Amino acid sequence: MKKAFLTGNEAIARGAYEYAVSFASAYPGTPSTEILENISKYPEIYAEWAPNEKVALEAAAGASMAGARAIVSMKHVGLNVAADPLFTLAYTGVNGGLVIVTADDPGMHSSQNEQDNRNFAPFAKIPMLEPSDSQEAKDLIGEALKISEMFDTPILFRTTTRVSHSRSVVQLGERKSLEMKPYSKNPEKFAMIPGFARKRRLNLKDRLAALEDYSEQFPYNRIELGKNYEVGIITSGISYQYVKEVFGDEVSVLKLTMTFPLPKKLIAAFAEKVKEIYVVEELDPYLENQIKAMGFKVKGKEVIPEIGELSPEILREKLKGEKPGITFKPYAQLPSRPPVLCPGCPHRGVFYVLKKMKAVVTSDIGCYSLGVLPPLESIDSILCMGASISMGHGFKKAFEANGKNATVITVIGDSTFLHSGITSLMDAVYNRSNTINIIVDNSITAMTGHQHHPGTGYNAKEEPAPAVSLEAIYRALGVENVVVVDSYDLKAVENAVKDAMKYKDGPSVIIARRACALLKGKGPKGLYAVNEEKCRKCKICLRLGCPAIQVKGDGVFINPLSCVGCAVCVQVCPFGAIEKAGDE
Amino acid sequence: MAVKSIFISGVGGQGTILAGKVITTALVNLGYDVKMSEVHGMAQRGGSVITQIRYGDRVYSPLIEKGRADVLLAFEKLEAARYVEYLSPEGTLIVNDLEMPPASVLVGKEEYPADIVERLKEEIRNMIVVDAVGVAKECGEIRAQNMVLVGVLARVMDWPKDAFVEVIRDVVPAKYVDVNISAFERGWDMGML
Repeated sequence: MKKAFLTGNEAIARGAYEYAVSFASAYPGTPSTEILENISKYPEIYAEWAPNEKVALEAAAGASMAGARAIVSMKHVGLNVAADPLFTLAYTGVNGGLVIVTADDPGMHSSQNEQDNRNFAPFAKIPMLEPSDSQEAKDLIGEALKISEMFDTPILFRTTTRVSHSRSVVQLGERKSLEMKPYSKNPEKFAMIPGFARKRRLNLKDRLAALEDYSEQFPYNRIELGKNYEVGIITSGISYQYVKEVFGDEVSVLKLTMTFPLPKKLIAAFAEKVKEIYVVEELDPYLENQIKAMGFKVKGKEVIPEIGELSPEILREKLKGEKPGITFKPYAQLPSRPPVLCPGCPHRGVFYVLKKMKAVVTSDIGCYSLGVLPPLESIDSILCMGASISMGHGFKKAFEANGKNATVITVIGDSTFLHSGITSLMDAVYNRSNTINIIVDNSITAMTGHQHHPGTGYNAKEEPAPAVSLEAIYRALGVENVVVVDSYDLKAVENAVKDAMKYKDGPSVIIARRACALLKGKGPKGLYAVNEEKCRKCKICLRLGCPAIQVKGDGVFINPLSCVGCAVCVQVCPFGAIEKAGDE
Repeated sequence: MAVKSIFISGVGGQGTILAGKVITTALVNLGYDVKMSEVHGMAQRGGSVITQIRYGDRVYSPLIEKGRADVLLAFEKLEAARYVEYLSPEGTLIVNDLEMPPASVLVGKEEYPADIVERLKEEIRNMIVVDAVGVAKECGEIRAQNMVLVGVLARVMDWPKDAFVEVIRDVVPAKYVDVNISAFERGWDMGML
C-alpha cells in the first residue's frame, strides 16, 4: 500500500478524496487553511473558497441536502460565524454525509482567542470525532461520513494546531466510488418552520440516544490496558499522544475518539478496572465535567492546566512530578522576535501615517493586525472578523452622544471586508456615522498564505473567476465619499485621511490599494541604500519598523538582501538620504 | 530504535520548512516512523519559528521536551540561544554563524548579545558552527543555506547521504536542484565534530 507523510490537514483532504466527498467549501483560517487548499487539488471534488464560514456551511448544507457527501472546514472562531446554520442543521439532519471540521488553536499561535470548540457538540447536539494523528485524521473522515449518513446528522470533526500542523505517516487508499444519494422534496425535514422544527426536535432526542449506543461500540473509543491498574487516564485528540509519550504502557488509558456523545458504559468499565482516574485534556474540562456528571470520581483540571497547549513536558511534571533534567539556559532574557510586517508590506506606510493622526483606530484580523506593535503602534482595538468598521461606528456614536469630538478611523483588509465588513459598513451608512474607513486592499487573503477571495479574479482551483468590485459595493451601499490611493504613496494616504476628516455627511472610504509584496510578479522591484554623506543619523526611518532598515554604528543601513524596493522609506527621510541603488 | 529528536529553530523566511520536508521525507523513505510539527500563519511573518522532528520505531508526540533533543539545528545565533534549553546534555548543537537582529534590536531598543557562540561553547560539548550563508553563496545561491545546514545535520546523525540527494532531486524545483545538492554536500563535509 502507498504511504505518504502528511499533515493532519492534508490527511483530512485525502480522507475527503478517498471517502467520495464531492463538495467542499471553506474560508481560510489558521490552522485549518490547508484542508481546502489540498482538497482543491483533486479534480474529482468541487472545491471553493466561500466569503465566510457561515456561507461555506450553508453551501455545504445545500450540497448535503441534494445528496452529495460534503465537507466544510474552518478555524475555531469561524464556527462562531457559522453557528447560526449549525444549530438548525442539527434539526434538519442531512442527506449526503456532512462533516464540519473545526481546527482549534490552543495557545493562540495565530488566533485572537483559544475557545474550546468541543463545547459546540453538546450545545448544538451533534456528534463529534477527534483525531490524534494524521492516519486517524484520514480514516476518521470516512467514519464521520458514515455516522453522518447512518444517523442523519451533521458531524463535528475537531482538530487542534498540533494535529492539523503535525506530519505523520499515512497509508493511502483509493477513492471509493459512490453514487450521489437521490434527492426528494421533504419540507418537513428541511424547511424549519416552527411546526416542523418541533417534530424534528423530538427526532433529535432519539438520535442522540442512538448515537450514544453507537459511541459505546465505536472501535476508535478503546481501552488500552497497561502494566499498571492503579492509574487510569481518560484522554482524546493530541493529548492521547502526549499521554503515551510520557507513560507508554505504564498506565491504563481510555482513548476517546468519539467525544460526543460519550460512551458512558465504556467509561464505567474503565472505572471498574483502575483505582484512580485522571482526565488529560487541553483547554476546558470538557470530558471531565461530563464524566463527573455521570457520577464518576476523576481528577482533571486541579492538576492539568486549562490555559494554553499541553505538552509531554507538562504531563511529566504534573502527573509524575518530574522536571526537565539539566538544561542549559545561557541568558535570562533575550530580545524577543515577534512576527513583523514584511519588507515592502503595503500596510506599513498606512499605519505610519495613522500614527501621526490623533484618532481612535479600530482594526481587524489579518497581517495588518501587526500595526498594533511598536514602532507603528497605531491600533486601538482588534476584536473579530469585520468588527473594525462596526466598532468604529460604536466609538463614534458614543463620543457624539456624549458631546465628545474625536476622529475615528477603521482599518480592514479586502478579504476580511468581504468576509463580514459589508454589513458593518451598511450600518455606518444607514445610521450616518462619520467614520473614516480604510480598506487596506492587498488583493489576496495574505496572512493565511495567499488564498483567493471573491475580489481577486480567481477561484480556489486557480481558474479565472468574476472579481467582485469593492468600488461597486461602496456605491451600492451608498457611501458617497470614496477615494482610491496607492498604499506606497504616503502623501496621498495622508491627504486622503485629512480630506476625509473634513467630510461630515456619513462614512468615508479610503481604498489603500497595493498588492501584497510577496505575491509573485506583483511585488515592487528595486533596491534602495543610505547615502552616508547625506544621512544625518536622525533614525526617523526606523519608525517604519521595516526589517530591511537596521542600526549600524550610530547610523542606519539598508540590508540589500531584505530590501524589495517599495521606496516608502525614501518618503520618510527628511534629508533625501535614501537613494535608489538598483533595479532588481 | 529509540526515538530521536531534532529541534530546528530559525527566523520565518529562512527555509526551515523546506529543510524539515527534506529531512523527514528522507527519514520516511528509510522506513522510520516519523512525526514533525511546524508553525504556520501569523507566527511565520519574520518571527521566531521552530520545526520539531522525531523519528524511530514508534513515535507518539510530535513535540520535543526540554533537555531531550539529540540535535538543535539553529538557523540563526539568537534562535540557538533561545532554544538551547531543548538540547540534551549529550546532544549536538549545529548553529549557523548568522546574526539576524529582530525588530527591537534594529530600532535600538534591545541589544543583540555579542557573545552567543562563546557562551554556548563554554557549556556545550558537541557544537558545530557553520557559515552556511558563505557556503551557500559559493555554491551560487544564498537561499541554499538551509541545505548546507541539512548536510551538516545528516553527517552528524550518520544518515545515508544518498537518501538525501535523492529527496532533494524530488522536492526542490528543477532549476535549483544542482545548487541545493552541492550545498548539501558542502554541509556534509563540515559535519564532523
